Amino acid sequence: MTPLRMLLAALFIWTMLAVPVPAQTPLVVDVIEGHLDPTPVAIHNFLGENDQESQIGADISRVIANNLRASGLFAPIDQDAFIEEVVNIDLRPRFGDWRVINASALLVGRVSIDENDRLRVAFRLWDAATERQMHGLQFVASLDNWRRIAHKISDTIYERMTGETGYFDTRIIYVSESVGPNDEPIRRLAVMDQDGANPSFLTDPSYMALLPNYSPSAQQITYVSFRDGRATSYLYDLASGRQEALFDSDPALAAKGQSLSARFHPNGRELVVSAERRSGHDLFKFDLHTRTLRQLTDHPADDVEPSYAPDGGRVVFSSSRGGQSQLYVMGADGADPRRITFGQGRYTTPVWSPRGDLIAFTKQLDDQFMLGVVNADGSGEERILYEGYFVDTPTWSPNGRVLLFTRGDRTLDGATYSIWSVDLAGFNLRRLPTRGPASDPAWSPLID
Amino acid sequence: MPGVERADPGKTYALTYLRAQSQILERDDTTMKRLSVVVALALSALLTACASQPEPVALQTEPRPEPVYQPEPEPQPAPEPEPEPARPTPGSVEDFEVNAGDRVFFALDRYDLSSEARVTLRRQAAWLASHSQARILIAGNCDERGTREYNLALGARRAGAVREFLIGQGVDPSRIATVSYGKERPICRESSERCWSINRNAITIIQSGAAS
Repeated sequence: MTPLRMLLAALFIWTMLAVPVPAQTPLVVDVIEGHLDPTPVAIHNFLGENDQESQIGADISRVIANNLRASGLFAPIDQDAFIEEVVNIDLRPRFGDWRVINASALLVGRVSIDENDRLRVAFRLWDAATERQMHGLQFVASLDNWRRIAHKISDTIYERMTGETGYFDTRIIYVSESVGPNDEPIRRLAVMDQDGANPSFLTDPSYMALLPNYSPSAQQITYVSFRDGRATSYLYDLASGRQEALFDSDPALAAKGQSLSARFHPNGRELVVSAERRSGHDLFKFDLHTRTLRQLTDHPADDVEPSYAPDGGRVVFSSSRGGQSQLYVMGADGADPRRITFGQGRYTTPVWSPRGDLIAFTKQLDDQFMLGVVNADGSGEERILYEGYFVDTPTWSPNGRVLLFTRGDRTLDGATYSIWSVDLAGFNLRRLPTRGPASDPAWSPLID
Repeated sequence: MPGVERADPGKTYALTYLRAQSQILERDDTTMKRLSVVVALALSALLTACASQPEPVALQTEPRPEPVYQPEPEPQPAPEPEPEPARPTPGSVEDFEVNAGDRVFFALDRYDLSSEARVTLRRQAAWLASHSQARILIAGNCDERGTREYNLALGARRAGAVREFLIGQGVDPSRIATVSYGKERPICRESSERCWSINRNAITIIQSGAAS
């Protein structure tokens, strides 16, 4: 994908028809409870003046409907039920026609392509009950970015109707899994839009690539590479394709053993990573500017799977220092590690929510694996969102409302892996459309 | 063990074929050693059968097709009588795998060495003492019942436990490298305790200095 900033520069937004009159009974979709009763919305095909524009208009409407449906909060109404055929988005719709098919909101839009092949997409979001315009915007971008415009519009609608930031204009990096001709494992990094579109590989099959994580800018990723024969933390610049082993600058440490999944500090300048020392794994902070390492933990037990709090002040990690694996929170400088999980089972893969309040984790109890969330301070009860044969590598949506995770299902030929999403209430369980077995999802921040 | 004994050491067998053919191997069963020779010849060191390890562990994996104990084939024109399986050349990789045993197994979520594992590792150390040019890579592996990163760490512990034991037995540390493959290289793919127990291992691979 071209650097996102280029698109940003090419994309500008203005509010059309400045009529943001607050509706008397504003339409608000509750993110948490929304699953109980998805809000019915009518998404009219965006209009065009010619076949090409109309086709893109229909495609944009389809992508938006798919996004909103997948969120579990909205129920796009079948277009066959529509009564009014909108022919001009600058005229007021016949709201009665939309209320009668139960639409709470109506989305209409218009696509035009100028002589320079620039795509101009305008839309209006109407509240069918109050007959007020909730939002009106226009996006301009190059023609090949029509999907991103659809995602931007989806985010705008989500934000306007729920009060929460959206997460549709995002990408997901994951591990594509297969087995080679000599039964060797093939693990390649792949990337796709959050709805599964535009998939491509980032690494070749000659070495295993595992456990990717995004930088806050979405310009870089870290991952665990077997290029050097063993697990090694790598930094991968997505724009240039340049890769480097993190600890090359510190051969003394590099010689000591493997290094695992590195996660970015919210400032984008530091990483926290687990690396093997003489015996066992400890946590280190790696400064991307000075290329220096600082040891954060020094315990005979294995400290692994670290993740920063969104304020950068603390780190959560899993450690077997208490016997079996449990979750611990410490200061970002390594101070004062405190255990936050005390339940039964083995707790692993903690990931701090972008909102800061929750930590997602996996745990193994008897023969089952679970995906759960717990308050970051360890208070209160944990909530289990999914339970099954195997769960690994949770990753948060940028708004902290949805989790993706690796799910393993038992088969005659070993576990087979796929990526699933579930909302914070444990509802709306969905499989991501990856081609073939997939694992280790990493959700990008919102691309702006 | 019909089928297994007929395996032609000169041929390359797909792992699936071996799965279909293999049976539970018992300690000191001579056919076990023969199978392991076949396998060692047929597959890369990492994928060798679990047979050369004299521990009471089941090698068998997929029971598809059902392991049929076919009656001995009719006395047909006997396929050219198998030559006695060649004894591994002393000092060769095969010699190490057959006569020392190249792998040890671990309990669930553990990396401490069992008494059986120690017996195997003492033989490895003795073999390495008498073949002082050999350099080894110890690969730690895990079953699929753990998260990816956790298992990478656990596999490193398993490889490290073997390394420390061998050093304690007098093997020069400079001859030893270790790697963890976590759960990424299962020997046995079925989701069952039988397979998991085989996949929780550390395998010693002769990297160089072996006789050919």
